Amino acid sequence: MSIDTLARVAQNQRSVDARPLMTARDVHVWYGPKHALKGVSLDITRENVTAFIGPSGCGKSTFLRCFNRMNDTVAGARVEGRIELDGQDIHAPEMDVVQLRARVGMVFQKPNPFPKSIYENVAYGPRIHGLAASQGELDHIVEHSLQRAGLWDEVKDRLQDSGTALSGGQQQRLCIARAIAVDPEVVLMDEPCSALDPIATAKVEELIEELRGRYAIVIVTHNMQQAARVSQKTAFFHLGEMVEYGDTSQIFTNPREARTRDYITGRYG
Amino acid sequence: MTAVAAASRQPTDWGHPRLAQRLRRRHRSERLFRAIGLSALVVAVGFLALLLGTMLKDGVSGFVQTQARIDTTLDPATLELSADRSPEALASANYLAVYLRDVRESLGQDGVRIASINGWTELRRRVLEDPGLVGQRLTLWVPVRSEVDQYAKGRIDVGADPTLAPIRPEQVRAYARLEAEGRIRKAFNRTFLSAADSTSPESAGIRGAFVGSLLTILVTLALAFPVGVLAAIYLEEFAPKNRWTDLIEVSINNLAAVPSIIFGLLGLAVFLNTMGLPRSAPLVGGMTLALMTLPVIVIAARAAIKAVPPSIREAALGIGASRLQTVFQHVAPLALPGILTGTIIGVARALGETAPLLMVGMRAFIVDAPRGFTDPATVLPVQIFLWSDDVNRGFVEKTSAAILVLLAFLLAINAVAVYLRNRYERKW
Amino acid sequence: MDATFLLLLACGLALFGYVLGRQRAAAFTARAPSWRAVHSRPGFHGSFVALAVAIPALLLLGIWAAVGRPGPSAVGAAIVLLAGLAGGALALRRLEPSFRARTWVERATMLVLLAASVLAIVTTVGIVLSLIVESIRFFERVPVTEFLFGTRWSPQTAIRADQVGSSGAFGAVPLFWGTIFIGAIIAMAVAVPLGLLSAIYLSQYASGIARRILKPVLEVLAGVPTVVYGYFAALTVAPAVRQLGLSLGIEDASAESALAAGLVMGIMIIPFVSSMADDAINAVPQAMRDGSLAMGATSSETVRLVIIPAALPGIVGGILLAVSRAIGETMIVVMAAGLAANLTLNPFKSVTTVTAQIVQLLTGDQEFDSAKTLSAFALGLVLFLITLVLNIWALRIVKRYREAYE
Repeated sequence: MSIDTLARVAQNQRSVDARPLMTARDVHVWYGPKHALKGVSLDITRENVTAFIGPSGCGKSTFLRCFNRMNDTVAGARVEGRIELDGQDIHAPEMDVVQLRARVGMVFQKPNPFPKSIYENVAYGPRIHGLAASQGELDHIVEHSLQRAGLWDEVKDRLQDSGTALSGGQQQRLCIARAIAVDPEVVLMDEPCSALDPIATAKVEELIEELRGRYAIVIVTHNMQQAARVSQKTAFFHLGEMVEYGDTSQIFTNPREARTRDYITGRYG
Repeated sequence: MTAVAAASRQPTDWGHPRLAQRLRRRHRSERLFRAIGLSALVVAVGFLALLLGTMLKDGVSGFVQTQARIDTTLDPATLELSADRSPEALASANYLAVYLRDVRESLGQDGVRIASINGWTELRRRVLEDPGLVGQRLTLWVPVRSEVDQYAKGRIDVGADPTLAPIRPEQVRAYARLEAEGRIRKAFNRTFLSAADSTSPESAGIRGAFVGSLLTILVTLALAFPVGVLAAIYLEEFAPKNRWTDLIEVSINNLAAVPSIIFGLLGLAVFLNTMGLPRSAPLVGGMTLALMTLPVIVIAARAAIKAVPPSIREAALGIGASRLQTVFQHVAPLALPGILTGTIIGVARALGETAPLLMVGMRAFIVDAPRGFTDPATVLPVQIFLWSDDVNRGFVEKTSAAILVLLAFLLAINAVAVYLRNRYERKW
Repeated sequence: MDATFLLLLACGLALFGYVLGRQRAAAFTARAPSWRAVHSRPGFHGSFVALAVAIPALLLLGIWAAVGRPGPSAVGAAIVLLAGLAGGALALRRLEPSFRARTWVERATMLVLLAASVLAIVTTVGIVLSLIVESIRFFERVPVTEFLFGTRWSPQTAIRADQVGSSGAFGAVPLFWGTIFIGAIIAMAVAVPLGLLSAIYLSQYASGIARRILKPVLEVLAGVPTVVYGYFAALTVAPAVRQLGLSLGIEDASAESALAAGLVMGIMIIPFVSSMADDAINAVPQAMRDGSLAMGATSSETVRLVIIPAALPGIVGGILLAVSRAIGETMIVVMAAGLAANLTLNPFKSVTTVTAQIVQLLTGDQEFDSAKTLSAFALGLVLFLITLVLNIWALRIVKRYREAYE
């Protein structure tokens, strides 16, 4: 039985499931003695792009890194609280962090393609997880991932060139292609456009819109216009707390909290 | 087209047995990799432990000396001493005659096969310390011969065929008798620390080599430190960026990696054969090692100077200090801890160096510590090399003991470097 | 008069000049209407006088030491001291408020700085020249081709000309092979995997405490003098290796073997390889590692598939430097590899190396002009050139690699 057939079954199961894809309950993070995140609860759904906004050091990136346990790699970091993916506790002993990260992908602030060819960058995930049974299937995955990342037409003739030789915007889309090549359920994006110029930013934003619905997307941004453009849900963080969470339109037009209003209107930040 | 392509791939079912099995395999290889890494480290550290363990096992007994007690009468007649009690006369008296007579008297006819022939020097030492001993009777502990010492320490197995053992049966018998009489003891080996080289292991010590090492390293330090620091200051603070400074840079980086024996060849060809400086002298050894240490100091000093932030320089220049004043009064003092650390590490390396010193002849057999920079001398590592080559098995423990001294010395020096680094190093 | 004493005397004179100059300058500085009227502070005037004493005196002393070693010592000493005194007197007369003593002193200091850094080139040139000069004399007696391509090495020149083998044989190929066999093959087979894996374990897996303990331990391994390794190789490792050889059925397993020397040399090089690898691994940006981990790669996959390939140039550069160090290493091979110039692939047999032969040829009784002693310089020249090429190549790779991630 091929993986594809099995996967289709899984897909059907997944679509009838109406619960939120990821839930976070009362999450705290300490970096050494510093209490970086103070009791945050939030649901993430597949239909929506969720944006985390807030001033620097407010804990939004810290919170993002909880969803695929990247905080494990930081020496001295401690996470408390419950985070579930599809009803499974991601901190449970039977949860395999390797598998978790395959299901919850991540795109970083600075494009970080590996010093390998474009092809090898995208093939990296499927290779390590063994998702392709044959070379043909791997070619297929690489091509489709690059297509979905909107990069295929630009690189199809030079797949063997180094990924680091691309422009910054292309590199970031390559990283997105790399992340979605393992077909994750959630894609976490940590200020993915902060190192890019406006044109490259626009392309990435378009891409986010296209990916919505297939993957639950969480994006951290310090750019409020961007949050307004790409997201349906927005959470505002300040000093390690989540101040307000709601529909993006509501947060930007009619915030309930004074602190949110001050930030949105540019009083600080 | 994109939409069609996208739809053709389906989400992954992570619960599928094939993937689950693959995951288990990946975790297994992760653990294996980790174990291999750890065992590599264990091998490296284990080797160090083995090396130190072997040296300790062989070397500790080198600090212990088996001694025999003799009663001696320092009568002027046998000493062939006239009324003259001047140091020269006392030094040239016939102690050997007294010694041989009293060894036979105290230890029996076989005594000379037990007590070291060099034991008479102990008599001379005592008399030179206190001339009033002449004519007196005194009890002395003198070292036993090397093979007896080794036998006493259990390092000689007489075995089935005593004629093949390095110790003769009559020596074994005499030793047993003397031990029963209480005339044998094991004491701390002062000779080892206070004497210079000797052909007989029981009289050999490391003081000569130690002093030679100190003199050599003093020359090295006096030459390499100032020149190295000045060169580093020039390269880091003043040198224009051109082909010449590039050449200097390449030279220094390369010299730091040139095999040490090449410096020995240079010393032999230039210092000895061209300049005609004395062979075997700490002066030449020190100069040779200075050339070798120089690049190490320059590289360390440059790194330390580079680490001083530009704001310090700007502040000093801003109040009207000249560039030289800025460098010598502000930058250099701040860089000093780093420079010193690098220097100490370079010097420690030079102290352990053997090959280049062999080239300039620092393998002199000397029975007295060198008194000056131009006296023939040897150094600790070369002494170790010379002893390791000696067929006399009494030198095995001496070699290991000398290694222990050298390692302890180097460890102490490095500890000073680490202390300096931790105490004074600043992160800017 | 003793040169050391003369040197001290000249220095004392310079110090005296410093005090005198400083005093005089202090006097006219005190009389000056404002501090701006005096160009340099008294200390610079003092230093100027001291330099005026020291430079001519030391220059003459240096020339004297280099050229006419024995010479008429009293006359020489007098000339040296007089030159110093004259320089000092001239300098003292020039001191006045407007005299730019600081400029002069700084210029002189710059010259000293320059001279100090040029010494590195002088040393390199000295090495090259002394090796080349002696090698040329060697090649006048023995053809270059025989030296480089000959396969028989027996440098013992006989005492009488009519004895068998009186000319000796200087084919260095067995030496080159021994050097490569021990330094570049056996030692690297030990040091590269162990050093690399140690570095990976320390940087990726070890806890902070373990790292703080184990790193200095590895550094201790690097700080052990080579003569200690040599002794250990000869005393402990070589007999064990011989036993191993005999138990494997190799009957001519020698007491001094390539394997024993190579093994110990490899262990000696471990910290070197591991610290180079550590530097290279740490230069790979953290983002690269995070990127791989976030894809769900395990640590070992991240290391093998991302970090090592990214750090490869740095690691290769480090290995080249390690090879350069291994083939130039002397004491271990002198004490444990032996002196038999065998051209063999059997690691249990004794081989000899370039460095071991240099030591052998130049220690003990020797006449300096024989082909035997001169051949040591030819060997030294080959060794120097090979390590030079390795070093420059490696340093260039490492430098380019560092720049790539800066």
